[in-house]
Amino acid sequence: MGMFDGKKVIIIGDRDGIPGPAIEECLKATEAEVVFSSTECFV
Amino acid sequence: MSYAVIKGAGYALIHTPDMIIHNGTTQTTERSTNPDSEYLKELKKHIRTYEEALKYPPNQVYIGNMTPNDLSTYEMPWYDKEADIKERFGKLGEIMPQDEFITLMKLVDVFDLVKLENNFMQDVKKKLLDHPLFKEDAEKLKEGETIEEIEKFIQSQHAEAIYNEGKLVGCVKRAHDLDHNLTSHILFENLVVKASGVLAFKHLIDKNNIPIEDIDYVIECSEEACGDMNQRGGGNFAKAIAECSGASNATGSDTRGFCAAPTHALILAASLVKAGTYENVVIVAGGATAKLGMNGKDHVKKGLPILEDVVGAFAILVSKNDGIHPILRTDLVGRHTVGTGSSPQAVITSLVTAPLDKGNLKITDIDKYSVEMQNPDITKPAGAGDVPEANYKMIGALGVKRKELDRKDLLSFVKKHGMVGWAPTQGHIPSGVPYIGFAKEDLTNGELNKVMIVGKGSLFLGRMTNLFDGVSIVIERNNGKVENDSQQVSEEKIKSFIAEAMKDFASHLLKE
Repeated sequence: MGMFDGKKVIIIGDRDGIPGPAIEECLKATEAEVVFSSTECFV
Repeated sequence: MSYAVIKGAGYALIHTPDMIIHNGTTQTTERSTNPDSEYLKELKKHIRTYEEALKYPPNQVYIGNMTPNDLSTYEMPWYDKEADIKERFGKLGEIMPQDEFITLMKLVDVFDLVKLENNFMQDVKKKLLDHPLFKEDAEKLKEGETIEEIEKFIQSQHAEAIYNEGKLVGCVKRAHDLDHNLTSHILFENLVVKASGVLAFKHLIDKNNIPIEDIDYVIECSEEACGDMNQRGGGNFAKAIAECSGASNATGSDTRGFCAAPTHALILAASLVKAGTYENVVIVAGGATAKLGMNGKDHVKKGLPILEDVVGAFAILVSKNDGIHPILRTDLVGRHTVGTGSSPQAVITSLVTAPLDKGNLKITDIDKYSVEMQNPDITKPAGAGDVPEANYKMIGALGVKRKELDRKDLLSFVKKHGMVGWAPTQGHIPSGVPYIGFAKEDLTNGELNKVMIVGKGSLFLGRMTNLFDGVSIVIERNNGKVENDSQQVSEEKIKSFIAEAMKDFASHLLKE
């Protein structure tokens, strides 16, 4: 069982780092449920 | 057609201590949700004086008195260091104090919405009469208002108050009693954009000896919107700024794209000039009071001064090829498209390596990359890290992946091909364009041959798409060759060529 399996995930991505959709994409290979995903601009 | 060139650049900062408190959204939001907060009580103790803003090293870089390279010799943090030069005026522009800027807002207001208290206005008028760029405009200032009249506008007519040194000195009136897009708050922000844009525009013209009547077109690329209830973002700041800057032969339009807009505008300007549509296009942007003190809570919590205390502005002239100034390679443009994706690798590929591949160039062939040049002195204490450095590391990493760079050279790549950030966190202001004034020098009198300007924008903030955006363009040293499109071969010339050839042929026949 993977570390994300069965987990609900909240994603806060960074435009100048790793944006939300990219993190979401990575989690598709797991059993995690993305309940919220957003990209923020910190500048 | 020949490529367009970067002919000149002008930059301005305005130190706005009272606008941090009254117009920065971090502060206004705090005041409405938590009026007795510790932050609001502490805030005033952390605001820098004008003299302190003048000697802040990144500010002197912004107006061209120091180079980004000079700044890199100062050990971080920079807020407790003093620049060697502490001048108001620089090679590329100026750092204006708030009182003069408030009066400049009055000067650019053509609808009599800015009302200033008479004593304040007369005092500042004297200062503006000594300003190298506003003497004539300042002479037009007549009588101001009484403080009672200004209080009445604020209390009974929803005017937005203007403060200087903690005192009420004026207001911006609303322009309509029902229209939500002509409220005093929106007009205040828009007049700040217009006034700061005019300041940068005037410096561009002044510092580069450009005849103002030669400007054909203006593209404004800030992040505000002007319009009324029937056309919220109707525009157009560009023509309004052109008018107040004296560009009587220009028209213009506004380009928007959050922080990416200046690079979009640069590509548009270069394309319009290359196509021969216009000869001289100015891209200009004023600054945002909303972002003043944006990271103030973190700065105050850590005992730092409020470092986001300046409004920024810039103006850049793009002209037809003169064989001297650096050329804008409109054939080497990068685009983050709808289908690009959001992984860092996809983003850097679309913005950096895709345009390089078009020109058979390697990542290391670009001498300097100008990315999001946010000042890390501001962003690091707020937890946003060093934004330019993060971008350079990603570009370098892609270079390693493409085998154009050895992994062990990654950090030296960041140092050699990157720069430390010096621009205030005003969204579009730090995005790629702060380097253009220096690039003009580096690619003419300096030793660089190619630079790349990269702009990124957070479109998702407008809630119309989850996407962000980015564009880039390569700027290159001019090789001095200018294609002259007006030198078309005339019918006469062709006839003379044919006659010459016939004569030559006949003489050969005669010889035989």
